[in-house]
Amino acid sequence: MSTDHHTPPQVPDARGYFGRFGGRFIPEALVAAVEQVADEYEKAKADPAFAAELDGLLKDYTGRPSALTDVRRFSELAGGARVLLKREDLNHTGSHKINNVLGQALLTRRMGKTRVIAETGAGQHGVATATACALFGLDCTIYMGEVDTQRQALNVARMRMLGAEVIAVKSGSRTLKDAINEAFRDWVANVDSTHYLFGTVAGPHPFPMMVRDFHRVIGIEARAQVLDRVGRLPDAVVACVGGGSNAMGIFHEFIPDSGVRLIGCEAAGEGVDTPRHAATLTKGSPGVLHGARSYMLQDEDGQTIESHSISAGLDYPGIGPEHSWLKDTGRAEYRPVTDDQAMQALLQLSRTEGIIPAIESAHALAGALELGRELGPDAVILVNLSGRGDKDMHTAAEYFGLLDDPGRDPGAPSDRAITTDADEKLGK
Amino acid sequence: MSTESKLSAALAAARAENRAALIGYLPAGFPSVDGGIKAVRALVEGGCDAVEIGLPHSDPVLDGPTIQTADDIALRGGIRIADVLRTVREVASAVDAPVLVMTYWNPVDHYGTERFAADLAAAGGAGCILPDLPVEESEEWRTAAAKHGLDTVFVVAPSNRDERLARITAVGSGFVYAAAVMGVTGTRTQVGHQAEDLVKRTRATTDLPVCVGLGVSTPDQAAEVAAFADGVIVGSAFVQRLLDAAGDEEAGLAAVRALASELAAGVRRR
Repeated sequence: MSTDHHTPPQVPDARGYFGRFGGRFIPEALVAAVEQVADEYEKAKADPAFAAELDGLLKDYTGRPSALTDVRRFSELAGGARVLLKREDLNHTGSHKINNVLGQALLTRRMGKTRVIAETGAGQHGVATATACALFGLDCTIYMGEVDTQRQALNVARMRMLGAEVIAVKSGSRTLKDAINEAFRDWVANVDSTHYLFGTVAGPHPFPMMVRDFHRVIGIEARAQVLDRVGRLPDAVVACVGGGSNAMGIFHEFIPDSGVRLIGCEAAGEGVDTPRHAATLTKGSPGVLHGARSYMLQDEDGQTIESHSISAGLDYPGIGPEHSWLKDTGRAEYRPVTDDQAMQALLQLSRTEGIIPAIESAHALAGALELGRELGPDAVILVNLSGRGDKDMHTAAEYFGLLDDPGRDPGAPSDRAITTDADEKLGK
Repeated sequence: MSTESKLSAALAAARAENRAALIGYLPAGFPSVDGGIKAVRALVEGGCDAVEIGLPHSDPVLDGPTIQTADDIALRGGIRIADVLRTVREVASAVDAPVLVMTYWNPVDHYGTERFAADLAAAGGAGCILPDLPVEESEEWRTAAAKHGLDTVFVVAPSNRDERLARITAVGSGFVYAAAVMGVTGTRTQVGHQAEDLVKRTRATTDLPVCVGLGVSTPDQAAEVAAFADGVIVGSAFVQRLLDAAGDEEAGLAAVRALASELAAGVRRR
């Protein structure tokens, strides 16, 4: 396996296409603004001062490079395969989202705009955006589905603490998809003053490319860290995919390494054979949603089907176009992971390593457990631990019955057994 | 198109009367498929020169709360593309006014571009407005539309620069839909000052009629826009009349007819 410096594929093309996916399906009212973002991003890329300022922020504000952690006790549960976690959960604000947000916040300032809007599902992108707006003195409005404001209430409070206005979106499925719709409506009306700080590798060109580029640092760091630590490249890189930003960030640098399997774990909710899932690549078909052609969950008439996942950040019926391209070319594989599998993995990492992951990232951990058992003890698996789980304690407490219920006999067992596979295997 | 389309003829007829045309919008399937057919016919009975039938979409990114609500009612009622085409067919066979379909790109793309164009033309439709399909992505649709004698109406926005306006109007047909304001659909107390400037700049690029929509809801606003545009497009105000009637079909139809007639008087005011 070559470990020489290499060049990832030069996609997208000038029109924003990754093969047949991507493009720019937007109303005329947004054309000038989207072109401005694209032009400004090209100029920024060529400007050493931009790179220097962003690098400085990533180092001194975010805390990069993020750590690479060997999780030996967790590895025992993964068939003995060596599992390494790329610790994006240790970034300031608690997830990978800050990488892209700081890049686009600098771009916002370069464009002379004074207001930022963003969508958020789990609240991690919203918190990161509110954080950057506080840092740069920008007005900030965050759109969040009403369902998500309830299940991620802690992040709503964080955003408001940081000075952002949080608007609960009550239309449609009241989750991430509808938060994006509402943010687009805001942008159309306020485009002169406002930058839409899009949070994932979806949307109209240049967002899929630009957001990926701002997250490439994850894979660049991780590849060097694994080579340094293990002396070779990993056998597989595993990440969760909703819109797909953390996965694109860690995958991209490994695309030329043909011996490294790239595995995206999408949310299977209650199962891909039920109607309640968010497994876009497993069950979807190509269509146009939120400005780009990609796989999406849709019915026979091209109406979007509402997704479901216990994880707000993966509860999205679309996916970034580059992932659709990676799926079609066979360079990446995508597997469904159910709510229950993810919650068990969340518990297992917590109990074996003292790391509570976000429910989103727990989907990748569940995928790594399965993959490790397939590949055996010689395998090295790199997992992107995209975020920390503090925000999910409400959901986890409900799922596992972790809180004392005043009406319940304190000695009674919870509805869901918290004794896990892990407890047994680890001899608890 | 070698012969004048039905849409062009309707706009030319209004121009021959030295007035702006009135174009009404309502989504299909709202409040029901049959109720929607009657409501669109009421637009024409009240005085609309052309109608746009909305094909409701799950993600109406360019629509404000009023049309979102109507789309939601239609989708919950189980509206299918076949029902939209039936709506077009029944309206087109009952009235002389040209019938357009307005929708987002994905339903058309998923149905099949060629199939949709063929079925819309067979139903008697005059053309399509696809506001999230920019010129750059529109070639396949335009080819299919032209083959079946359908017009493709493009939307232009106040933020469009002159060279982009020229690029859009060069490939559009029927008329040009000028968005009066930067924003989503819905009634507004004032028609933006940007509208007149946009009409002027658009006219400098094309001989196509330029019709103004977004936010126009009253006869006074219709008269104001009619003074500088070739047509006035009204949607949310009609939807609101049906919502206000809250299930009383006759009252809703009467209110739609009455508003259309007041707006028709508005576009004739000089």
